[in-house]
Amino acid sequence: MHPTEFTLAGAVAALEEGVISSEELTRAHVEAVEALNPRLNAFITVTSEQAMAAAKASDAKRQRGDAGPLEGIPIAIKDLFCTEGVQTTAASKILGGFIPPYESTVTSRLKRDGAVFLGKANLDEFAMGSSNLTSAYGGVANPWSRRNDPDVRLVPGGSSGGSAAAVAARMALGATGTDTGGSIRQPAAFCGIAGIKPTYGRCSRFGIVAFASSLDQAGPFGRTVEDCAILLRSMAGHDPKDSTSADRPVPDFAKACGRSVKGLRIGVPKEYRLDGTPPEIEKLWRQGLDWLREAGAEIVDISLPHTKYALPTYYIVAPAEASSNLARYDGVRFGLRVAEQNSDLRDLYERTRAAGFGQEVRRRIMIGTYVLSAGYYDAYYLKAQKVRALIARDFREAWGKVDAILTPATPSAAFAEGENTDDPIKMYLNDVFTVTANLAGLPGLSVPAGLDPQGLPLGLQVIGRPFDEETVFAVGAAIERAADFRAVPSMRAGA
Amino acid sequence: MSYTIDGETGAWELVIGLEVHAQVVSNAKLFSGAATAFGAEPNSQVSFIDAGFPGMLPVINRECVAQAVRTGLGLNAQVNLWSRFDRKNYFYADLPQGYQISQYAHPIIGEGKIEIELQDGSTKTIGITRLHLEQDAGKSLHDQHPTKSFIDLNRSGVALMEIVSEPDMRSPEEAGAYLTKLRQILRYLGTCDGNMEEGSMRADVNVSVRKPGEGYRTRCEVKNVNSIRFVMQAVEAEARRQIEVWESGGTVEQETRLFDTGRGVTRSMRSKEDAHDYRYFPDPDLPPLVIEQSWVDQLKAALPELPDQRRARYVRDYGVTPYDAHVLTLEKETAAYYEAVARGRDAKLAANWVMGDLFAAINRTKTSIAEPPVSAADLGALLDLMADNTLSGKLAKEVFEVMVETGRAPGTIVEERGLRQVTDTGAIEAVVDGVLAANADKVAEFRSGKEKLFGFFVGQTMKAMQGKGNPALVNEVLKKKLA
Repeated sequence: MHPTEFTLAGAVAALEEGVISSEELTRAHVEAVEALNPRLNAFITVTSEQAMAAAKASDAKRQRGDAGPLEGIPIAIKDLFCTEGVQTTAASKILGGFIPPYESTVTSRLKRDGAVFLGKANLDEFAMGSSNLTSAYGGVANPWSRRNDPDVRLVPGGSSGGSAAAVAARMALGATGTDTGGSIRQPAAFCGIAGIKPTYGRCSRFGIVAFASSLDQAGPFGRTVEDCAILLRSMAGHDPKDSTSADRPVPDFAKACGRSVKGLRIGVPKEYRLDGTPPEIEKLWRQGLDWLREAGAEIVDISLPHTKYALPTYYIVAPAEASSNLARYDGVRFGLRVAEQNSDLRDLYERTRAAGFGQEVRRRIMIGTYVLSAGYYDAYYLKAQKVRALIARDFREAWGKVDAILTPATPSAAFAEGENTDDPIKMYLNDVFTVTANLAGLPGLSVPAGLDPQGLPLGLQVIGRPFDEETVFAVGAAIERAADFRAVPSMRAGA
Repeated sequence: MSYTIDGETGAWELVIGLEVHAQVVSNAKLFSGAATAFGAEPNSQVSFIDAGFPGMLPVINRECVAQAVRTGLGLNAQVNLWSRFDRKNYFYADLPQGYQISQYAHPIIGEGKIEIELQDGSTKTIGITRLHLEQDAGKSLHDQHPTKSFIDLNRSGVALMEIVSEPDMRSPEEAGAYLTKLRQILRYLGTCDGNMEEGSMRADVNVSVRKPGEGYRTRCEVKNVNSIRFVMQAVEAEARRQIEVWESGGTVEQETRLFDTGRGVTRSMRSKEDAHDYRYFPDPDLPPLVIEQSWVDQLKAALPELPDQRRARYVRDYGVTPYDAHVLTLEKETAAYYEAVARGRDAKLAANWVMGDLFAAINRTKTSIAEPPVSAADLGALLDLMADNTLSGKLAKEVFEVMVETGRAPGTIVEERGLRQVTDTGAIEAVVDGVLAANADKVAEFRSGKEKLFGFFVGQTMKAMQGKGNPALVNEVLKKKLA
């Protein structure tokens, strides 16, 4: 078996048993990155040398009997996590040349547990997008292609498109992502892999370039639900450097993947049945419910009445926070600085920010500035906060009836570059099933569960109670077992 | 009796409210661990949080919150157990995050009040509207280079308390007295050092004028006034300007102004139309600030004695006049000095010495009560030498001057210079005998009824003794011999 064919859990076992060394495992992935990245553009920065050195160090640690839970496992890091000494771009020109002198809490925990970093994965600029096309470093190709139209370049989804594509194409055993409105779950679904956005506060945001602080949350990608569970255990945990991180014990998520779903009540929210949803997605949803029923779960119809307001609410709250979070990119202290001789401060701001931010980022800064402005605040931002509270209340009431909720992950399979790009609203609709979990701070997992008629992967989403990722993993793993999803993308290492 | 300014159309009343920015005394900044010492090398006390680097997050400093609560308690104010931080968004080169974190909508401290003392001995209560915590910005230096501005971020993120008063002041004097009292309370509490010249306390002055009996007219804000004297001057200058505008048929427009200390006038900084839209919204990086009543109670129990309490105690326990108690408690250091001298001694005498000779010596030598020319222990020892009759009051003043000059202890000076008062009755009698013998004519006059001459004999005796005779004993001996 080619070393890139391991699951992450399988690789951990193989390393423990001495079947393979981290050096061999990492070299295979470094070679896969070098071979595939020119076509997929999944990485902005490739750190092969550091990866090989880290792999050797991991082998030595294992020899000393000092191996961490992820010792020697090569993974990709979304280029939104600050990594000490390694360029961090957020896929924006405005951070050009920025090399953080510090490490994000999530990546330092992954390092502590032995993970080897292959490089920094591509993404939508400042994580704003659902296609990875807003990246200043170019789009990412989805490793999957349409059966009838194999030459059309499909998007991997976004914003964590590079992370998802890298894991799907076997360039990495797992990856980190961040999810503000669906940025882990949608690309996971588009690329046929698993990805979880944990409960808000589960992972520290310290050292992650902020998009929308009250919604941003880090999470992992894996080719299996269990792989996500293993990664999340290392990433999660309280951090005194993030005032919004939760001081709660981190359970053994991987163990929860083996839990039975017998007796669990699974909610089906009627508001998630949208006009115009492709029939294959409706069918997959029903299929997922059947699988869970067969595994002993009880299916319960529920109502989340404020769902229809979620997307507009999200597109007020997230840009509002972003407009403030992105004010620090001003050309004064780091990153890009565009100034004419003798230009004044205002001129420095205007030139730097005009040259540094792409169109989508500028659009959201303007929307956010608008909704916070005097005279508009009450009608937009304040109203959105109230609706957000109602959306959270919908879920709280649902938890009285059900233990988890099953929905489609996305309203369609991966689309082609050039589709959905004429109208930003069409692009925003990609997040329709995922934003609610961010607004309510709930864990959401995307699991690959089937293929559309074109042979493209489709995902189902499991939403759980706050800090009950264990039930989410149990339900996700049950779907994974029933779906027995074995399809592979056409573009992958060793293919 | 109230203060008014006479214009062409008659008397005008002043309405004044103050917003004071007081830098919190703490080792670290409001949301980062960086140091806060004054006068450090530029940009040497800056964390990545203060510099607004990507991915950095604020974490509230518990001590800064404690200081705000202590201050609230010292201002007799409502302590809000639930408060929140908002972002105030604006672009400036010395504001690295592009926003200031401030408690806009929900401050930690609500309504309170303080009592101010006025020249005529009366007091007045001034309402406190609120106190909130916020970050300071950095400093822009425009005078270091012909074409560049330099930025110093040492101050960026330092904790400030913004203390807002009600518009309760009616004269420059009241504004000055309010600021004096506020600074005194902050210094007693140790929550702000009150050094206006170092910028750790600054005032924004809101002024409007009106005809007696009217409601409020439009106010203007004079920004960043940095001494009590300038605040008083700015109030008057701004009031006179507004009176002129009204009386010339114009309308005062709400605006932000600056006080030109050189010319003694205020000038426009920006009008209401140019005012920033700060786009306040709750900072999503910080959960609401929730504190426990039990913690507030603990802080309250550990609060130091405040100026008003101390003043009352001096009157009650030391028997000094209310005015003396006021003067002695104005500065925490003066009060500490006074108490060290007064404790176990004649407290009224101690008050006279501190307020008289010591203050004079401080003025003369251009020193301060914090680094006094004579230590409290030495002044106490001097009082002891008077109490045990080693020194007369007159001698003590001489010794005190030597203490100021040399910094030596009074006992040493007395020994070295032989200034010890003579209390030996025999020795005094001998001198008196000599004086009376040399002035037989005057003795005769005295005995024939010219009793005023008694003072002459005292003077002659003291002169003969180089001032060292114990005055009481000299009197006693003279009375006996002249009888």
